[in-house]
Amino acid sequence: MLVRRRKNKVRNSLDDRIYYVFCYAFCILLTLLVLYPLIYVVSCSFSSGTAVSNGQVVLWPVDATLEGYRRVVNYPGIWRAYLNTLFYTVGGTLLHVALVMTCAYPLARKGLPGKVPVTLYFSFTMLFGGGLIPGYLLIRNLGMLNTIWAMLIPGAFSAYNMVVARTFISTTCSGEMLDATQVDGCSDAMFFFRFVLPLSKAVIAVIAMQVAIGIWNSYFNAFLYLSKDELYPLQILLRKILLLSQIQASDLMDDEMAEMMQGMADLMKYSLIVFATLPILCVYPFAQKYFVKGVMIGSIKG
Amino acid sequence: MQKIIRTYRKYRQLYLFLLLPVVYVAVFNYAPMVGLQIGFKKFTITNTIWNSPWVGMYQFQKFLSSYQFRRVFVNTLLLSAYAVAAAFPFPIIFALTLNSISKDRFRKITQTITYIPHFISIVVLVSIVNQILHPLNGIYGMLGRLLSGKVPDDLLANPSVFPHVYVWSGVWQNFGYNSIIYFAALSGVSPELHEAAQVDGASRFRRVIHIDFPTILPTVTIMLILRMGSVMSLGFQKIYLMQNTLNLSASEVISTYVYKMGLGSGASNDYSYSTAVDMFNSIVNLIMITSANYISRTVGETSLW
Repeated sequence: MLVRRRKNKVRNSLDDRIYYVFCYAFCILLTLLVLYPLIYVVSCSFSSGTAVSNGQVVLWPVDATLEGYRRVVNYPGIWRAYLNTLFYTVGGTLLHVALVMTCAYPLARKGLPGKVPVTLYFSFTMLFGGGLIPGYLLIRNLGMLNTIWAMLIPGAFSAYNMVVARTFISTTCSGEMLDATQVDGCSDAMFFFRFVLPLSKAVIAVIAMQVAIGIWNSYFNAFLYLSKDELYPLQILLRKILLLSQIQASDLMDDEMAEMMQGMADLMKYSLIVFATLPILCVYPFAQKYFVKGVMIGSIKG
Repeated sequence: MQKIIRTYRKYRQLYLFLLLPVVYVAVFNYAPMVGLQIGFKKFTITNTIWNSPWVGMYQFQKFLSSYQFRRVFVNTLLLSAYAVAAAFPFPIIFALTLNSISKDRFRKITQTITYIPHFISIVVLVSIVNQILHPLNGIYGMLGRLLSGKVPDDLLANPSVFPHVYVWSGVWQNFGYNSIIYFAALSGVSPELHEAAQVDGASRFRRVIHIDFPTILPTVTIMLILRMGSVMSLGFQKIYLMQNTLNLSASEVISTYVYKMGLGSGASNDYSYSTAVDMFNSIVNLIMITSANYISRTVGETSLW
């Protein structure tokens, strides 16, 4: 029985087999190309300073130690920057979601007078903006420079996310449902809090994930609007340590000492990269499906 | 009049919901657009936007005739054209090939891994590039010593290599994530078409060319139009971080120039001038996206509007 079944199975033609080999080879090659630099960075972060500066690390850690991480966690200001970023991320995301959802809900309602011009009013901001300088002058005139508000308020709304949320709400919260609840005396606000929000969990998750990762990773607003150390988010500190500090090791002392210092500096960079990216990589496996969903919901609106 | 009041009463709560977002957008999106007028004025920090004297197209002429114009404009155009040419086809090819493979586990794992770099911050990405291309202790330095026996040249200090480093690090970071949309489009291919073609003896490769690709073509067109619209708006952040004094001749683009002229040069910041340069850039962008949309509407059927 079994043997006959196997015989009946359609066999791939030669063309197809060549094609499949090519597909696997191509995909595996790309995956390795993505993976190798990541593994390399992680391996370096666990190696010793001299191994890193002599370029001995190829794939796995050499002389495995936690020295790099010890230096990172003891680096002055690193924890405050971490906490700042955490605060900006949580606060900024909450604000963004609140603003986007309260805006999306009325515009998703059928028959709201004035809906079309208001929607256009929001959509226009997707096409055209004021640009760098007028934006900066606005923040300065509002007195937000060097305050936490400069990190929370600009970017608290996105017309694109609003359109995504609106499309989602108008498909999940039907008119019949609204009618049924209105008969029972439910007001528009109550409908929003009792029905729309709970039913929109998926789209809220999608938007919140994207906004949160965006804020965690951004340095631009802080770079423009902040100049106080105690307000700096992690990315600004990273930029300082990773990209600006060209420690002139050769100026320091004798060669051996200089080599060691250079090794330490390089090692610390690798450890810092891992340290700063770790939270995102921890969230990533759970968040992945939301990102995929986000791209899909965004593309449906057309 | 009475009717207006009645509709207002009826939808009062909904309008209340809209109030805050409308005010927010007025302040943070529309007010800066009003502020664009300083591009046509001579604005100084001691003056207000409204009190500054008008100078007409002076700032634009100043940019067009400045010795920087050619370099900055050409760099921007070359870098973005190169970025589109390299980065646009990659996710499509990747999606088509990976979609041909029917093993779900393999697909899942490949996708999960290739999406990761997208979530790395730009600061971290640039420093990874710097570390890997380090002529002394990076992978590049290691390979260079292995092959030639001596320490190789510093790539990051070489202006002619800058475009490649910039573009390919971007491809590395985003090709996986950008393929998601094509995977979504490919999931809409009807299996009957494949079965019918298979009965007619079409190989897998032919079916990709004649079934899969035409199905995702509208998506490809839309993405291309969108991409054309942002041709001139090269991200400031990554280029700025990758710049150093040695590669500046290839890496100075409009957005970094705007920043340096307007905010990055201390007391000699020229707000009006850099606003005008920025506006010039946006207008070129707007022209790009409209013409791309027009072409695709006349040639094919797909368009944004």
